[in-house]
Amino acid sequence: MDKQLKKVDIIFETGDDYNALDVLDKALARPADDIILDLIDSGLKGRGGAGFLTGLKWKFTKNEDSDIKYVICNADEGEPGTFKDREILDRVPEKVFVGMAICGYVIGAREGYIYLRSEYNFLLKNLNHKLEIFNKQLKDRNLDFTIGIRSGSGAYVCGEESALFESMEGHRGEPRNKPPYPTVAGYNRKPTVINNVETLVYVAMISRLGVDRFKELGTKDSRGSKVFSVSGDTPIPGIYELELGMPLSQFVDEFADGDAKAIQVGGASGSCVPRKKFADTIIGFEGIPTGGSMMIFNSTRSMYNVLHDYLEFFTEESCGQCTPCRVGCQQLLKGIEAVKRGEKPPVYLDELKKLTATMRIAAKCGLGQSVGNPFNSIVDNFREEIIY
Amino acid sequence: MSKYLVNLKINNTPVAVEEGTTILEAAKKINFRIPTLCDHPDLNVAGNCRVCVVEVKGARYLAAACATPVSEGMEVFTNSEKVRTSRKHIIELLLSEHNADCTKCFKNGHCELQNLSSEYRIGDHVFLDLVKPKDKIPDISSPSIVKDDSKCIRCQRCVRTCTDLQAVSALAVINKGDHQRISTFLGKPMHDVVCTNCGQCINRCPTGALTERNYIEEVWNAIYDPNKFVVVETAPAVRIALAEDLGFDPGLRVTGKLVSALRKIGFNKVLDTDFTADLTIIEEGTELLTRLKKALVDKDEKVVLPMMTSCSPGWIKFQEHMFPGLLDNLSTCKSPQQMFGALAKTYYADKINIKAQDMIVVSIMPCTAKKFEAGRPEMRDSGYQDVDYVLTTRELAMMVRQAGIDFEKLEDEHYDSVLGESTGAAVIFGATGGVMEAALRTAYEIVTGREVPFTNLNIMPVRGMEGVKEATIKIKGVKPEWSFLEGVDLKVAVAHGLANAKTLMEKVHAGEADYHFIEIMGCPGGCLGGGGQPIPTSPEIRKKRAEAIYSEDENMTLRKSHENPEVVGLYKEFLGEANSHKAHDLLHTHYKPRKRY
Repeated sequence: MDKQLKKVDIIFETGDDYNALDVLDKALARPADDIILDLIDSGLKGRGGAGFLTGLKWKFTKNEDSDIKYVICNADEGEPGTFKDREILDRVPEKVFVGMAICGYVIGAREGYIYLRSEYNFLLKNLNHKLEIFNKQLKDRNLDFTIGIRSGSGAYVCGEESALFESMEGHRGEPRNKPPYPTVAGYNRKPTVINNVETLVYVAMISRLGVDRFKELGTKDSRGSKVFSVSGDTPIPGIYELELGMPLSQFVDEFADGDAKAIQVGGASGSCVPRKKFADTIIGFEGIPTGGSMMIFNSTRSMYNVLHDYLEFFTEESCGQCTPCRVGCQQLLKGIEAVKRGEKPPVYLDELKKLTATMRIAAKCGLGQSVGNPFNSIVDNFREEIIY
Repeated sequence: MSKYLVNLKINNTPVAVEEGTTILEAAKKINFRIPTLCDHPDLNVAGNCRVCVVEVKGARYLAAACATPVSEGMEVFTNSEKVRTSRKHIIELLLSEHNADCTKCFKNGHCELQNLSSEYRIGDHVFLDLVKPKDKIPDISSPSIVKDDSKCIRCQRCVRTCTDLQAVSALAVINKGDHQRISTFLGKPMHDVVCTNCGQCINRCPTGALTERNYIEEVWNAIYDPNKFVVVETAPAVRIALAEDLGFDPGLRVTGKLVSALRKIGFNKVLDTDFTADLTIIEEGTELLTRLKKALVDKDEKVVLPMMTSCSPGWIKFQEHMFPGLLDNLSTCKSPQQMFGALAKTYYADKINIKAQDMIVVSIMPCTAKKFEAGRPEMRDSGYQDVDYVLTTRELAMMVRQAGIDFEKLEDEHYDSVLGESTGAAVIFGATGGVMEAALRTAYEIVTGREVPFTNLNIMPVRGMEGVKEATIKIKGVKPEWSFLEGVDLKVAVAHGLANAKTLMEKVHAGEADYHFIEIMGCPGGCLGGGGQPIPTSPEIRKKRAEAIYSEDENMTLRKSHENPEVVGLYKEFLGEANSHKAHDLLHTHYKPRKRY
């Protein structure tokens, strides 16, 4: 274990010399290709959870031949236990705007949109006010780029990028078939960069602090730091920016209440790590990646109830279009209920595990593909709690 | 633009296909069948049932073959262990939310899910039954379509049909997750929404979730009732499609066998809707010429053009809901089915000495909207419901089987007389453009005294499967009484499928169209692609049916409606002249606006 838990202050830092517009001007003074090279060199991966290289995403979109391109900021933060984007948009929205404007400049987009989950509409007033000022400042700089906001309507699946585009276009929020990917055909079927709120802030901060400062942090596979949303059985719930690559045991020492039996890393769609594996688990793309949600469960918690809650959530939040997800989620939920009631034998859990393998490879989008994460990790590690 | 060839391997067999081809199509090319459920040749790709998943070497996830384009060097496996396991799981999942009451289902034996389930020998159900008890009560409010949500597998073929193909949007996806379902607006019953009863959704439903309201037992009961005199009429498009449901390839003409089978089933008289199709041409052609005269000579501002055909009941209801302001453009002629019913219970009943109340009129139609049309309050001019029962081509095929008739061995027989004679102009009513062609054959000759100036009477510009067709015919050398039409360019348009109809109507509504006459058929391809026709349907199948229709026409001795001797006799004995008072009483009607919700 090389890395130690280390608190970082990049995302929220607003030091004396910090000025969002200076960061923007610094970026705009450079050739677009240099910015892409920097981003690739920095190793910045998407902070929404999937972890695609941000620089590559921008490069692909830049290389598309199209008069119209878009920058979308994915602020549909719906993963249970994740609340970092809300904090970012509340405290440092200009950093998000700057990240979007840099992207617009780099890929050649004239429009950017923040897709804000409807539960965050209380942020709208402030965001709109700040955007009005920011858009004017862009105009003053002769940058042909404007940022607007689109509100979601409460569906978890709309955080999936193609479902988000469908929603923005006024359709049912259902994921599309891929390919084509957003870099080729995203919003309005035009080349689109869609990035998580936090990713865009890191873009701005790499521009401000330089690639080297960012690369100093994290590991080979997981460069930089990340904002974590810590919740559950902890005396100090909240938002923390931590260096990537730390062992989970150190995280537990820092945040848990001394009685942690499991950590759900990455929200409902993430994996559950039991106490015995804390020391061997790295938080990062080489270990367990996370969009930031860290839910701590102590020994008073029933892992059956935890899994049941997650499955209820997925059963309701599946968009319903593809069979493995729509029906699979219901079977997993009803299945553990049946086992609990003794209507199905304990080995039925193994049938359900096989089902999650199918869901993982055959579902249409990340929602259905990832339901197996919580299911298998909880069933494997807390089987007796599910059965009895 | 020429397309690149893409090289790939499917199950280790190399294949080269055009760029943009899907894995599904590429596999088909080298004879690997990949099962599908949500995919349909008439519809946009959905990729949601996932039954067609295949393994692509190097990919993390299986790919939906219907929705994934091929790429250079791709290696695809359509039956690997992963694929087979997943596919079985998916079929089992679909069955777990499906009311698999197969032996009681109207689609038993014709169900794509049942076929897949039997192909994969899905025996013991591994998973829990998820069918909701309240879904087991089907919506039977519509006289045409039965919607049974407990059989629905959410493939959304019906939604894509209703929205994209038909521009009706009576069916939509609502809710998400376990509550997701296919619903009408606010979950209202089917008879209370914008549904046109066209039945195109039925033709594309892979299971028994959408079926026609069937009247087979009612018709058998009428046949068995010694106090009832049961006459049957057959629509043009039935004779070229029925065989498909009895095990033959598409495009087979079986008119003679159809008549023979109906007699063996026990109908008292076997008559032909083609007869009233010819009659429609006389009535509608005369109406068109009268309207043209009023508009062009008398400058009567109350007369609206273009005049539009009114044979297709799906189209009529569509117009009532969507373009109520254009209802006056519709021809006042009833459809051939309803002209038949009105005449059968008056003229014909008198002629054969049967009391109208003892007569049951059954019509065999390629259509589900005809079931609704027969029950319309406008359709009781004989003093009774003019047409009692409407059966689809599919229902008739079931009756043929039930009656134990060996269809292939039947001898050809002729329709009874009268109301049984017809011309080639009538049979082409079954294809898009056919009514237009038949009307032009007659109207041109009435006006000029000469045949239409097209080789062998075949008016090619109005034929074919293009969504909206236009044609202009110059009228020259007219008879003295039609002098106002001398030199006029008669402009006509033809559309089939309601999405195409909508396009055309928007043009008319905006005043951007200068047509004189428009033919609209509610279903793709016209009646030959009707909602009551054999399943499956596809562009190729409809093309074969159209070829059969036109060859039926070419093989007729009489090919112009006004030459039908029984029609001539009907006017002489009963109606007087075209558009007479009596004709208006029995054969014409008006429609009223309906709300959209």
